[in-house]
Amino acid sequence: MADLLRTNQAKLLDRWHDTLSATVRGRLSEDELRSELADLYDLVLRAMSGADETANGELRASLVALSRSRARSGFSPSETALAVFSLKDAVYEFVADAAEMVPEYLTFSRMIDDLGLHTFEAYAATREEIIRQQADAMLELSTPVVRLWDGIIAVPLVGTLDSARAQLVMEKMLDALVSTGSSHAVIDITGVPTVDTEVAQHLLKTVMAARLLGAQCTICGIRPQIAHTIVSLGIEFGDIATKATLADALAHALSVTGLKVVPA
Amino acid sequence: MDELTIESGDDVVRVRQQVRAAAADTGLSLVDQTKVVTAASELARNALVHAGGGMARVEVAESAAGRTGIRVTFTDEGPGIPDVDLALTDGWTTGDGLGLGLSGARRLVDEFELVSKPGAGTSVVVAKWSR
Amino acid sequence: MDRVPILKIGPTLFVSIQIDLQDQSVVQLQEDLAEELVATRATGVIIDITAVEIVDSFIGRMLATIGSISRLFDAETVLVGMRPAVAITLVELGLSLDGVRTALDAEQGLRMLNGHS
Repeated sequence: MADLLRTNQAKLLDRWHDTLSATVRGRLSEDELRSELADLYDLVLRAMSGADETANGELRASLVALSRSRARSGFSPSETALAVFSLKDAVYEFVADAAEMVPEYLTFSRMIDDLGLHTFEAYAATREEIIRQQADAMLELSTPVVRLWDGIIAVPLVGTLDSARAQLVMEKMLDALVSTGSSHAVIDITGVPTVDTEVAQHLLKTVMAARLLGAQCTICGIRPQIAHTIVSLGIEFGDIATKATLADALAHALSVTGLKVVPA
Repeated sequence: MDELTIESGDDVVRVRQQVRAAAADTGLSLVDQTKVVTAASELARNALVHAGGGMARVEVAESAAGRTGIRVTFTDEGPGIPDVDLALTDGWTTGDGLGLGLSGARRLVDEFELVSKPGAGTSVVVAKWSR
Repeated sequence: MDRVPILKIGPTLFVSIQIDLQDQSVVQLQEDLAEELVATRATGVIIDITAVEIVDSFIGRMLATIGSISRLFDAETVLVGMRPAVAITLVELGLSLDGVRTALDAEQGLRMLNGHS
């Protein structure tokens, strides 16, 4: 089989290329596709002849690189795997009439199947990586910390408070307390859809951590709808001040830090 | 991979430094580094105080999901823990002694495995992975 | 063994913890502090842990003990400069450090102490 691939290299490469060029749809240039396939073909040949120990590893690594770039260029997972599987079709045309080649072709086919699946897996992993990066970026963006006044910062929370976000909120809030030299933090939970015991735990931990840095916290934005849930779940905020609105929380924070707002 | 004997307070400090160095190398965030080093400090001190000494092994490892991180194994030939479940249950207390060290350390790490039998010593393996 | 220096400024004692304290240094510090409190009749103690990277239950107990010792001599203790990573870890560890007051830095700590004299 390796000999067949070697002798008919040019023709097979052409067939392979032709099968794929229709599916590329402008996302890849003619030259890029040709050189990609040529490199892969060489690696397949080396891996099949068995002379080169590193060929297999290099081939698999090449396919991973191929998947990554396809995934980022917007190709679908099938299109990416097809790039590998279609080599089988090209080769089949050459052995269609040779019955004695059947066992070798089957082995070859299995090898290509394995490589195709490997390509698919790599594609999936790349997409997961992209999703994870986007989730991280979203998490960062949705956790702002603002300075309300000298010594008072506010942390408006938007969205569900799961443990990943709670960790980030804690870190950002504490870092902000240090960098602004603040002694009071207002945590606004208006944008948090549900407050259950887990969310309450996160809030409590955040307040405890702030206390270790010498800062007091006020929780505000407890909507009427969730007030009932909080009470019926038996969640106690203890000695943490809770206010309905941000305005109330600001007034409270100002008075605690010894300030008063008076008409001009 | 590093093996350290724990025979004194100085050794506990050494374990901390070793864990800290390994954690920094594997790209753990500052908070995660602090957590795993603190957990290691608790466990090293436990071995010292309750078993009269022990060993710590620090190694860079990979989680089942393929994330790099560190694994620290503590072993001692001490009296062992008669009731492991009891030792691991503990609320938010300032209490001292065995209880706080173990359950607190468990909360700080991603993986926590404890094997102990009275008269057969104790082994604790903890791991922290990068995100 | 290095002794942790204790500085006196007005009615306040300052202790800045720079190194990894272990067993003997901890006991020495507690003894030295008790002596200074008696000798100077100081009314406040500021413990600066800005340089401390790890606070485990051992160090936590030391800090709580220092708080108790000060109270015995009618002095108030304030712990200042805790690092965010340490605070997050302590909360997860379950160490509440009850009985020890905290402030962001020495300046705020002093303001806290003076507000009570």
